[in-house]
This record gives sequence, structure tokens and C-alpha cells, in this order.
Amino acid sequence: MDIKVMPAGDSALVVEFGNEINEAINEKVHALAKKLRQENIPGITEMIPTFRSLLVSYDMLQISYSKLSVMLSVLSRELETERAAHHRIVKIPCCYGARFGADLTGMEQLTGLSREEIIELHSSVDYKIYMLGFLPGFVYLGGLDKRLEVPRLDTPRVRIGKGAVGIGGNQTGIYPMDSPGGWRLIGGTPVDLYDPEREDPVLLRAGEYIRFVPISIMDYYDIRQEILKGTYSLDVIQE
Amino acid sequence: MAVEVIIPGMLTTVQDLGRYGYQQSGMTCSGVMDQQAYRKANYLVGNPETAAVLEFTVYGGSYRFTQDTILALTGADMGAVIEEQPVEMNCAVAVKKGAVLNLGMASKGCRTYLAVSGGFMVPLVMGSYATNIRCEMGGFHGRKLKRGDVLEIGQSPAAFSEIKNRKVSIPEYSDEVEVRVIPGPQEEMFTQKGLHTFYSGYYQVREDSDRMGYRLDGSMIESKNGTDIVSDGITFGSIQVPASGKPIILMADHQTTGGYAKIGTVCRMDLSKVAQCKPGDRIHFKKIDVEKAQKLYKDLISKECF
Repeated sequence: MDIKVMPAGDSALVVEFGNEINEAINEKVHALAKKLRQENIPGITEMIPTFRSLLVSYDMLQISYSKLSVMLSVLSRELETERAAHHRIVKIPCCYGARFGADLTGMEQLTGLSREEIIELHSSVDYKIYMLGFLPGFVYLGGLDKRLEVPRLDTPRVRIGKGAVGIGGNQTGIYPMDSPGGWRLIGGTPVDLYDPEREDPVLLRAGEYIRFVPISIMDYYDIRQEILKGTYSLDVIQE
Repeated sequence: MAVEVIIPGMLTTVQDLGRYGYQQSGMTCSGVMDQQAYRKANYLVGNPETAAVLEFTVYGGSYRFTQDTILALTGADMGAVIEEQPVEMNCAVAVKKGAVLNLGMASKGCRTYLAVSGGFMVPLVMGSYATNIRCEMGGFHGRKLKRGDVLEIGQSPAAFSEIKNRKVSIPEYSDEVEVRVIPGPQEEMFTQKGLHTFYSGYYQVREDSDRMGYRLDGSMIESKNGTDIVSDGITFGSIQVPASGKPIILMADHQTTGGYAKIGTVCRMDLSKVAQCKPGDRIHFKKIDVEKAQKLYKDLISKECF
């Protein structure tokens, strides 16, 4: 594997493990982040793991680029990624269609699939969380069925509601807060991926998996009530 | 002790160095745009380096102090006055209870910082006082200041006599600046011609620039084969080039990840210059290597406060 260590300015550097989105490369990224957390190298202030690279911010008054880049090159080449025997899978209830699925009809035309088939395909995969970014709690997922790949909207919507579930290109995901966006909307989840009032504001972590569980509009409002009362607990399984 | 907002200015927010440690969850760090001016302001009033200050943008507004206060103004000169008397910038100033600080338009530069001895008391949210307007969190109720807001001031850590002789280096602001750039991480996606274009001409700051990013107008930068990349991490000062070929410098409110190639990254010592540019100002980019940038930054920091 060709590993590149490059400056990202004078206060950060990037360790790149490849140029594409795949599980093996992404596992290396997270393995390096884990390693660096264990090593606790003085001067490292923050890390942003992404699909194929790790951005490492550091305090140049504590450690120089030349020193840190050599340390990271060495550590990156020694990484051992072990694939866990069990995955943590978070079940995300999703109400497909109804008032959340403005683009479901359009999706039927684009894919040649029926509504039921689209929902079945979308909810039968365990999606891996490769990274978070863009908005707090926004997860980049891998694993979308090829038959569901559709181009983004030509004109992005000015406002997409929090909890909206959509598809854009080979990606599917959930909007954690109201935001502009160009994905095609197929459903909505009552679960808060981001809640600044919660002790842990961001619900999901990179490396975990999620599975969408179809629910009715009645279930949606029931769950929403439970969340507001603080009595709802997410269904998390190990498989 | 408190400050009351009489006129809030154009965009006045509570800031500190930013909210770090949560970017891996997609959380923007926010924080001050001009870190050098911020550090100096806190130094002058005897605050720790992490105290909350006010950041004014282009036009400052009016503020009443309900108690004797020690303050310092750094960054752009907004012609500050108290009871028609000019307030000296870049030094500690003792003001009396009831004093009204009036700030006008920035003559040169774009952002002014007000530190008060004791700092502005807002809740610490995820380790920071910084306002994140987009997420409506941090700072003063997660938003810019409005008329009638009252901000508490903390216990002053120093007596005026102890700090009144403190000095800081004072930068010159200009409407034409040279900004040094460390190449990459995606420099190889651009043609030689494109790189030459980027480093030879001037780029003008557009009207739609903000705390998230500076959008620049100027010659189009030629890429080899488009500038879409697999989304990766962004840092304060990353220079993205989207399909338009016009660069965007990502600033304090930058998103954590992005999918456009980054031709280079503004070095830390010149980020404050960029932060003080306003729409219409012109930027010339110059290459510097990372080792040299780090050495020059250390020199600069050591001469900042004295």
C-alpha cells in the first residue's frame, strides 16, 4: 500500500493510504487514529479520519513537521488492522415515503423499481460508517445497492429537514440538522443524530454500522414522543 | 459586572480559539478569525490565552459598561471613542462604570477584538466559548449579539497598574496583501500553467466571503482532470479550488471535510492577514515550504507580546 505523508499547511499534516473508497483503506485510517490516541504524542491536537486519509492537527511550537512526519510514516507502515469478529449495528427506524419521501416517485422512474422494492433494497443492507463530516453527526456510509444509485438533484433544495434520509450518487445518508442539500429524499428518521443538549451530542461513530428499519408514520410519531420524554432507547445489536 | 449591547454592529460574536476535539464528528471548530489579534487582546488585559472576547466585523457598534472595567482593543481600527474621547488601541484601558464604547467602521482591516479583564462569561460548550452560528451553539445563545443583550464579565485577574505597560506588536493592514502558502495536499491535480496562474496574479476577495470561507475572484486555475477528490479533512487556511477554477480560502467556520482539491494551505502567520481582508481587497499568493513557515511563525510569536 502506497502511504503518503504530506503537509496540510504548517499546523496539520495528512496521512493518505490510497485514493479510493474501500473498506481496507478506511480501516487503515481508523487504525492509525487509534494508534495515535494510544501513543499520545505530545503536540497532536486533533485528528479527522476520512475515507482514505487521516488529517492530524498539531501545535508546531511543540513538534515540527519534519519530526512528526517521520514518526507518522513509521507508525503508518507498522499498522495492523484486525477485523472485528462482531460488528456493532445501530438500528435506525425510518419512515419511508409519507411526508418524508418527496423523491420516492422520481426514484421509481429513475431506477425502474417499485416503491416497495426501493424500500426493501435500502433497508436490507448494513451500511458501514466510513467517516463523519460536513455537519455535526453527518455520517458517510458505504454499501448502497448499485440499483439505488441515482444522480443528485440538478438544483439542490434550500432546506432539508432534520432526520431526512436521502440518496445521492453512490451515497445514502441522514441529515442531522436542517440544511440545504441535493440528495433525493426517500424517508425520515425520528432519531436525533445530533442533539447539542445530549451528553454525547453525536449519536454515531465511524467504524460502526447502521441498518434502516422501516416504520409507519404512526410509529414515527410514537418514537418521537418517546425521544422527547427521554424514554426511547435505540436498538443496537452485535452481529 | 457586565456589558450591555446598545448597538450590536454588523456581526459581533463571542469567540475564543475554537472548539477542538469534535471535528471527527463533523463539528466545525469556529473561534476567532484573527488569532494573533485575539492573543494580544487577552495578553493586554491580563487574561489567560483562552478567555472569551468579542469579535466585531467591519462595523463595531455601541456598548455600555455597568461597572469599572479594564479593556483592550486589537485588530482593525474602528475609530473607538468613549464620550467623544478616542480610545487607544493595542493597550490596556481603564473605563469607568457607565462608560459607553462607540465603534465605527473599520478604516483598514476588517475585524476588531475587544477583550475585558476577566473575560466575557458565557457557558463553556464542548470545551469552548466560541459561537457556532450555523449550529446555534456556544458563545452568547449561539448567535450574534443583538440590542439589549447583557454579557457578564468575570473577575479581573490583574490590577490595572500591573498590566498598563504591556505592549504588543502592531501589524499594518493593507488592501493588498502577500499571503504565503504551503503547497498541497493536492497540488499535483493542477497543471504547471494552473500553478503559475495561482502564484502570479492577484485574487480579489468577493462580497459573499464570510467566516466560513473567502471566495476569490481572479484568473481561473487550470487543473489536469477536474478538481473533485474523495472527501478528506480540511484545516483553517486550506485553499480549495472547485470546478469554477476560482480559489476559496477556508476560514474559522470551515466545514470539517470537503470534496475539492486543495492547491495549498495558508501558513499560520499569514492567516491573520487574510482574516483582516475585506471584500474588494487583493491577495497575492507566494509559495513557502513548511519548515521555513514554522521557523518564521516561532520568531513572530516570540516578538508578539512584550
